[in-house]
Formats: sequence, C-alpha cells, structure tokens
Amino acid sequence: MMLNMVQALNQALEQEMERDPRVVVLGEDVGVDGGVFRVTEGLYGKFGGERVIDTPLAESGIIGAAIGMTALGLRPVAEIQFMGFIYPAFNQILSHAARLRNRTRGRFPAPLTIRAPYGAGLKALEHHSESTEALFCQIPGLTVVVPSSPAEAKGLLLAAIRADDPVLFLEPSRLYRAEKEDVPEILTELPLRKARIIRDGHDLTVVAWGAMIPAALKAAESAAGSGVSAEILDLRTLSPFDEEAVLASVGRTGRALIVHEAPRQCGLGAELAAVIAEKSLLKLEAPILRVSGPDITIPLPKAENLYYVGAERIARGIRRLMEF
Amino acid sequence: MVLTRTADQKALKLQRQGRLGTYAPSQGHEACQVGAAFGLRAEDWIFPYFRDLGLYLTIGFPLASYFHYWMGNEAGLISPPGLNLYPLSITVAAQIPQATGAGMAANYLKKSLAVLATCGDGATSEGDFHEGLNFAGVFRTPNVFVCYDNQWAISTPRSRQTASATIAQKALAYGIPGIQVDGNDVLAVLAAVGEGLERARKRKGPSFVEAMTYRMGHHTTSDDATRYRDEAEVKTWESRDPLTRFRVYLKGKGVWDEAFERVVTEKASADVEAAVAEAEAKPAGAPEEIFAWTFKELPPRLAGQLAELKEFLREAGR
Ligand SMILES: Cc1ncc(C[n+]2csc(CCOP(=O)(O)OP(=O)(O)O)c2C)c(N)n1
Ligand SMILES: [Mg+2]
Repeated sequence: MMLNMVQALNQALEQEMERDPRVVVLGEDVGVDGGVFRVTEGLYGKFGGERVIDTPLAESGIIGAAIGMTALGLRPVAEIQFMGFIYPAFNQILSHAARLRNRTRGRFPAPLTIRAPYGAGLKALEHHSESTEALFCQIPGLTVVVPSSPAEAKGLLLAAIRADDPVLFLEPSRLYRAEKEDVPEILTELPLRKARIIRDGHDLTVVAWGAMIPAALKAAESAAGSGVSAEILDLRTLSPFDEEAVLASVGRTGRALIVHEAPRQCGLGAELAAVIAEKSLLKLEAPILRVSGPDITIPLPKAENLYYVGAERIARGIRRLMEF
Repeated sequence: MVLTRTADQKALKLQRQGRLGTYAPSQGHEACQVGAAFGLRAEDWIFPYFRDLGLYLTIGFPLASYFHYWMGNEAGLISPPGLNLYPLSITVAAQIPQATGAGMAANYLKKSLAVLATCGDGATSEGDFHEGLNFAGVFRTPNVFVCYDNQWAISTPRSRQTASATIAQKALAYGIPGIQVDGNDVLAVLAAVGEGLERARKRKGPSFVEAMTYRMGHHTTSDDATRYRDEAEVKTWESRDPLTRFRVYLKGKGVWDEAFERVVTEKASADVEAAVAEAEAKPAGAPEEIFAWTFKELPPRLAGQLAELKEFLREAGR
C-alpha cells in the first residue's frame, strides 16, 4: 500500500497493538487528538483511553511512567511531542531507562520506545527544528534509531517496540508527509543495528540518516551526471551503529563523506570519522569530510535556509572530496 | 484589549497568507493578559510565555517586533531598553523557576520590585512549575505567578491536567497565597494581580492568581480544535467575551458610546497596519547575524564555519 511516513508509523502501531496486548501508547495529545502530527490517529478510538493515554503535560512524568510500566511487563511507546521538549525527561532517559539493565544485571531492562519528531525544514517555531541525536548517542544502553522512508519507518518502529532495550526512535518531521512509498501490509521487522546501502557506488561513500537520505540521493544523482559514482549508506541505527557496514563501504570506495543536519562539533559524524580514521585510514584516498549544520542555534524560519543541509551542500561535499 | 484583539486577528490573517509563521492566538485571553500587565511598573520584571500578546502590548512592547518574531526572526524578541521583559518561553513552564530566580536576586539586592510570570493550565503539570513555586515559597520571593486557566492545553482538557479542584490550591501547598479570579473580567484580574504586585514590592512574599478563561481559538494555526472539543462549549464562552463584558461595564458607567468605540477601533487598525508594514520591512537574518550571537565573541572555529557558509552561498549564486 502507498503510505507516507505518518501513515506507515500509524499502521505499525496499530498492527503491533493488535498483536501484542502489552503495548500501550502514552504522551501529550496522543489520544483523542491522535497526536499533533496524527501518528497515533485512530488508536484511541480502537483501543480506548486505557491503552492510548493522554497524559498531563510533563515529559519527565511520561518517561518515568513508561519506565515503571516496563517493570510489570508492559511495552510502552511514549511520544514526546517534539524532540525539543524531551529535555525535562533527560534524567529519566540517561540515568534510569538506559542504565536499568546494567544496574539490575538484566532483571529490569526497561524495554520502552520513545518516539519524537525532530529536525528542520518545516519552518516551525523555536525548539521544533533542532537535531540533537548526538546527545543521546553517547548514552550507553540507549538504542537510537532514525528511519529515512515510510517502509523503513514501519519496519524499524516494529523492531524498536519489540527490542528488549530502551529505544529512542527519532522521526524526521520533514519526511512525515514528503513522499509515499509502497509499504508492506504485513508486519515485518527490519533489523536494528544494521545499516543499509540504498545506492551502490564505487567512488565515495556518503554516510547519512533520516532526512539527509533523500537529499543525499539527489546529490548522488547530480554527481552521477558528472561521472561520479556515489554509494549511500543509510545508518538507520545511530547507536550502537553498524561499524562493519561503514568500514566495508568506505574500504571499497576509498572516500567518506559524512552528512548530518546537526551541528558539527561532537555530532555523530565525529565518531564515524574517528572510527574510519582508526580502522581504515590506509584505505582512504582523500581526507574524511563532514557536511553538517554549523555550530550555532538553528535560526528561526526566516533564516533557516542558511542553516539547512540539503542536496546542494552535499553535492558540493562530493565535488570537494573527488577533487582532492 | 481592542488593540490586542485587532492585532491577534491580523496575525491569523497574515499566517493564512503565508506572511507569518505558526501562531498561537490570544482570543479570549485579552482580559487576563491586559489585567496581568496593567499594574506593572517600570522597575518590575516580566517572564511571559507564548500566548501573551495583550501583556506585550500593555507594557509598551512594540507590536512590530512581536510580529517580527512570529514571522520567524529572533530579533523580534529584543526588549527595548528600559523594559525588563524576558523573552517569551516556548518550552512550557521553563519561565517559572527563572522568574523565581529574578525574585531571589531582587531580595539579595534589596530592591523593591515585583516579578511577574505567566503560564497556562497545562504548564502546571511540569516539574519546572512546581520547583519554581516551591523556591518562591521557601525564599519568600517578590513574585506574582499568573496562570491563564483557559481549560485546554492543546487537546488536553483541564480535568485531565490535574485532579485538584483548583490550580490556585497548588500554590497554597507551597505556602503561597493563591486565588482564583474571573479571567474574562479585566478589572478582577487587575485587582488580584495588583494586590500581588503590591505584596511583592513590600517584600511580603509571592502570590498566585488563577485566571479562569477560555482559549477561543485553535491552540495554534497548526491545530484543529474541532477534533477534540465541543462547539457548544465554545459557544458558552463566546457569550462571556472579555471585550463585550468590559464594554457593558463602561456603558453602565456612562463612559462608553459608539463614537468612542469607533475611535478606538480605527486607531487599533491603523496601529496594527503600521506595525505589519514595519515588521515586513525589517531584513531577514544574514549569515553574520545567525552566527554573531552564539558567544560574546565569535570563536575562530565559528568564524571558519561562517566563511564556509558564505563561500557556499556565493558559489550557489545566492
Ligand atoms: C516542555 C514542553 N512540552 C511540550 C510542549 C508543546 N506544547 C506547546 S503548548 C502546549 C500546551 C500548553 O498548554 P497551556 O500551558 O495550558 O497553555 P495554553 O496553550 O493553553 O495557553 C504544549 C503541549 C512545549 N512547548 N514545551
Ligand atoms: Mg491552557
């Protein structure tokens, strides 16, 4: 069925809730309203208010409660309305959800899923456009997943809900309704911790995720026009990431371009670059290059385009790498 | 209040025309916002939130700047010199402990002033709200907290936000006097908040006002309130319109007539149009502008990134 990302996520939630009575949904405006982006639309009507829970306005409460639910065996899927509002819950995520497995030596592993829209491009209000995934990628025990298309979103969300570890599932809001894709009706998980080559190439590897994937594809097409063959690796799981796939691809192409929308400093690109440098330096034909947002607060809509990483900037990165 | 209503409606219109970004309308809140701000003095401090147009206008904040911000420019948050106005908080409830801290500083500096903070009913569920109020109670800060209890936090009704009978009673638990007032009666709000401001200036400690009102519009221009609330409920509150109520009051006092209303309305429209023109004439952020305010001075790494951006724009012919 042709679905956009919102519909694909919605279908994943609905089907998994049908299959597994332990799955509950909670968050601000997820019930009657169906979520501000409509990802949980229809679930309240179908499963009722005890399973699709409109909570008071309190992020730390939402995540803390979700953790407590896992103690009794539930599989909560908590929505944080925008990633910019996740920080009141940072303590619950960092100091509790992600550490419970270790602290209890496996007895209470806190298998919750936290969904949050993130990223720029919708010309939204303050705090609605940031990409702070790297803050979460440094948390041991927390799995961080970002889908890049509707079908990916469905399969990866299923895997996240079924995973026995806490997962932060970040949804690029720019892609929510950007494109439709044929999404399999049946429930099939996609693997966590596995990157995916979405375009084969032999001159360089572009490592990216989420909203950067369609932009990278566009850039790769334009590079193909000038005879450059770019491979694109969709990281999918940002932490713990698929090092093997990154090194294998870069080893083949000899060039690495890492793309993220987040600021450069201590972005996930820094870790990727370090791993490539540590383990594949001698296979490189050019320095590792990052295309990213600058180290500033993302501007409000009138100047957002000055910040935004799109196909043009990625294409420029490809050129620079090939000209080295 | 008429200016607030006029500017608010203009903002909605601009948003529909694509000339202004996502906007949180104030219709229904005019009495709360104006009443909360009317008793402030120049030395007082204000920590507002995102639905506070009437407050901004009452304290003399330039409407052009307010529009400029909602059009998508940070520069619209700049408070003119002499106005002790902190930038509105988009993250719910964060302004509450900040306002308390300003109150603690006023105590430390032995200043006689008041610190006003506003928030919605939804905000009262956040940890920040409770931490801020608790500090205020413990440190006897010169704060006045005003909650616009407009019955909704996006789609979440007041009844889902708290099982307390009132929000005002939450203040009592922190040792802070809390009262509930009719938030559509501008004089009632003014009286309650004014009393709090006086208490604060006399260094008698914080107070809390729950102003009962109703969000007449959608939460923001991205929201569709018909999905979750009854048209009948909205209708009930229409008949309690704060502007109508004040008009009736003024008429009763014999100080209102149609000619007066016409003058006020025409002036408001002219002011709003002028503000829109001024806001739209302001430049959008340049590359230098979006980097300049990150740190006091631009660190070399950032200067390099700025140069990189400018080079990209030049190459791209922008
Ligand atoms: C910390 C945080 N969480 C969530 C949001 C998203 N959000 C914006 S406004 C709002 C509801 C606010 O309700 P209330 O406090 O009653 O104020 P009102 O909008 O009714 O004026 C929500 C959930 C936010 N801005 N900040
Ligand atoms: Mg409210």
